[in-house]
Amino acid sequence: MTKDYDVIIIGAGHNGLTTAALLAKQGLKILVLEQRNSLGGSAGTEEIFPGFKFNTGAVDAGLLQPEVIAELNLKKYGLEFILPPVLGYAPQVKGNSLTIWRDPRKTASDLAHISESDANKFPDYANLIEKLVSALRGITTLTPPNITQASLNSLLPWVKTALNIKRLGDKDMVELLRILPMTAVELLDEWFESDLLKGVLGAQGVSGSMQGPQSSGTAFMMLYQQMGIPGGGFKSCRFVRGGIGNLSAALSKAARLYGAEIQVDTHVEQILVKNFQASGVMLSTGEKIASKIVVSNTDAQRTLLEMLGPAKLEPREMRRVRNIKFRGSTAKLNLALQELPEFVGTQHDEQLSGHIIICPNLEYLERAYDDAKYGNFSDKPYLDIVIPSKTDNSLTPTGQHVMSVTMQFAPYNLRGRDWEKHSQTLEENIIDTIAEYAPGLKDIMLHSQMLTPLDLDREYSLTEGSIYHGQMGLDQLLFMRPIAGYGQYQTPIENLYLCGAGTHPGGGVTAAPGYNAAREILKNI
Amino acid sequence: MPIPTPFHAKTSALTASHEWSNWSGFLAAVMYEPYHEHEYYSIRNSAGLLDVSPLYKYEIKGPDAVFHADRIMTRDITKCEIGQIMYTPWCDEDGKVIDDGNIARLGKDHFRITAADPNLRWFQDCGYGLESEVVNVSDELAALALQGPNSRKILKEIVVGADLDKLQYFWLTEAKIDDFPITITRTGYTGDLGYELWVHPKQAERLWDIIFETGTNYGLSPFGLAALDMARIEAGLVLIEVDYNSSHKAVIESQKSSPYEIGLGWAVKFGENKFIGRRALEEEKVQEPEWTFIGLEIDWVDLESLFSRKNLPPQVTGRASRAALPIYLQSDHIGQATSITFSPLLKKYIALGSVRTNAAKIGTPVKLEVTVEYTRQAVDAVIVKPKFFNPKRKRSLGTDE
Repeated sequence: MTKDYDVIIIGAGHNGLTTAALLAKQGLKILVLEQRNSLGGSAGTEEIFPGFKFNTGAVDAGLLQPEVIAELNLKKYGLEFILPPVLGYAPQVKGNSLTIWRDPRKTASDLAHISESDANKFPDYANLIEKLVSALRGITTLTPPNITQASLNSLLPWVKTALNIKRLGDKDMVELLRILPMTAVELLDEWFESDLLKGVLGAQGVSGSMQGPQSSGTAFMMLYQQMGIPGGGFKSCRFVRGGIGNLSAALSKAARLYGAEIQVDTHVEQILVKNFQASGVMLSTGEKIASKIVVSNTDAQRTLLEMLGPAKLEPREMRRVRNIKFRGSTAKLNLALQELPEFVGTQHDEQLSGHIIICPNLEYLERAYDDAKYGNFSDKPYLDIVIPSKTDNSLTPTGQHVMSVTMQFAPYNLRGRDWEKHSQTLEENIIDTIAEYAPGLKDIMLHSQMLTPLDLDREYSLTEGSIYHGQMGLDQLLFMRPIAGYGQYQTPIENLYLCGAGTHPGGGVTAAPGYNAAREILKNI
Repeated sequence: MPIPTPFHAKTSALTASHEWSNWSGFLAAVMYEPYHEHEYYSIRNSAGLLDVSPLYKYEIKGPDAVFHADRIMTRDITKCEIGQIMYTPWCDEDGKVIDDGNIARLGKDHFRITAADPNLRWFQDCGYGLESEVVNVSDELAALALQGPNSRKILKEIVVGADLDKLQYFWLTEAKIDDFPITITRTGYTGDLGYELWVHPKQAERLWDIIFETGTNYGLSPFGLAALDMARIEAGLVLIEVDYNSSHKAVIESQKSSPYEIGLGWAVKFGENKFIGRRALEEEKVQEPEWTFIGLEIDWVDLESLFSRKNLPPQVTGRASRAALPIYLQSDHIGQATSITFSPLLKKYIALGSVRTNAAKIGTPVKLEVTVEYTRQAVDAVIVKPKFFNPKRKRSLGTDE
């Protein structure tokens, strides 16, 4: 064994780096091991083609928790946000396009061209959602209590949230509890008549999961998407200057300044255990590194079944880990463009500054899911497109652009086909779909990178291509995330912790799992 | 509805009692003759033959088979040599017994397990991720138990290719009978000299016939579950669902038992192995188990006097009873007798059961509840070691005799 550390963190995703920085800040001796040669994991910016920097995974840092920014003083280490004025834009081939502004009143006035009734209701809707979300916001940075052995101490922090919910007043409290398990379709049908508006808003409810908008819990996901900065009824939207990788860069800078060591190109083969306790790791080179605590930024299944080994778990725990639902549904297409594409019906190119949503209605979204349910990728996919170079000229050569497309639904397990042969077909399908709304797209494309769920699994260690390290269904949240009984960032193996998106509160660039895990580790050390 | 075993054509022709029970979904004769005492005596005095095909049989095979089997069993399977058999319980994560049975090492990376309950999923889950597979071979093996002092003599006449005189207790040998292969294990559930014979089902009837042709000269009798139950109580062998509950079937925590509580503490080995339940059992061993498995000798004279007050002779079932009865120390309820039988050989009314560990001292006089003419009475009894009959021949080699 080489020299000893207090804590070894496997994976330098933004959560792993957050845990590293927070623990190093407390004086612990930290080693972060990352198997790729760049930092940030799925929150990274990579120059795939010379001169073009892409957010290869996550594109938006709207959910990043303010506690993390403040405690690690990330702005000092180069974190700078860009707040595009337009959050969402839905171009239409025929009829009026829809623009969702940061200011709901502005959205409402635009909506009047589509539906007078929806225009009147939208500000109320946005306000209600913001009110409900604000009551919940605190839970992202709390540790879920252990339901069977909840101590008073573990419940106390939740009292504040309970009071916040109570403070909503009877009507809104009931509304919140009613909405949480609802479907996106039901929620939106209660409010609006415009198919386009419902499509764009409802699409947020299926993010990262293998569920259509008629699945229970998709309304919760619509709320979750606004758990960061106020989302204008749509979603928390905020970009990072220089790409989201700059967030990871800021985190790693903070971590290193506090004394953490970060090593890339280092693959952890095995988590070592002595007397039922984690004792360090073994690298693919065979080198063993000892530590008092091991923290894994990857999901519970990879951590416990692959790196630890199922025979080190009790069968009942092994079964639960094996049964975690991943069900990746997302593919990613990155395009380098010669110029800013033109979308039909666009009045002002400011409309292209946020998320461009291709989801004309909820029926379209449900059909897109239907294809995936039967093992095919969507013939007519839901697309969430961003052109971050529109608001950040540091990403591309002058005048040129990068476009990142998040596509749903693409099931990890294709029926009767395999991704290695059908990556190209999916890419063409996505480009054709965008080209319906931006006819000149194909002429301005310089390079493309297609990431299928299989690629996400292999390259970014996202099991089954699940961008959230496990589907965020109602059965895999809070104290049931990643598995029931282990919602406190600990695992069945003592001194082995999890700090990734597979733990509470879940996926997205929140840094909350990493933040919470660090707190739990400090509590127990 | 229970289905026939591979021996059914033979056993059904002999079942004059027409009394069958359902053993793991198979038709199993309770007794062949109208009364089972002769069958019982054949086990102890000559030889008896029991169809044990309904046992669940599993094999674990592959490079990790030793690790896999050792992870399941509380005994140290790494020490089980090829050809050796170990009787062992297996436990859940909390150290509570799921089932007990024999594990035979057929080869370097090859084990066969017999079990009372279905265990396929459990065994598979215990080996998830290992390079070993669990195969349910229950339907691929027909089995007979040939038990009793004459069992070796019978086998020696019909078996080719194995030295039965040298086959030790809890070891196995491959051999041939007639022209078909057979596995012979020196195992059984009677606590007597005995063997279990494992063949392909298509050889089942032939095997039965061959054993009978020879066995008749040695006083061989088929025996059913009624005689077996009496023999196994005399031998102090626990029975699942009678003397303990599988932790996988227990409805409440207190229905579960650790190996220490059912007399199998000797089969828990804390070696290098990290078998499932070990952590809990290590703790339990330090603390002292709540229950202790005991034997009970019931005072026949006292029993007679209880009945004589009602002008009745003692009424005890001729068969083993599985209706649990409370055991008292003074007026405290300290446990229960779970298996009770009159031992025709020992001429004693005996029981197996569990009492609280602090009251389990050998020789302690206690009371056992009995019902005399619809009224509950308590009969004198004494706690003894749970082994009433243990003949030397059970373990001795043929060459010793």
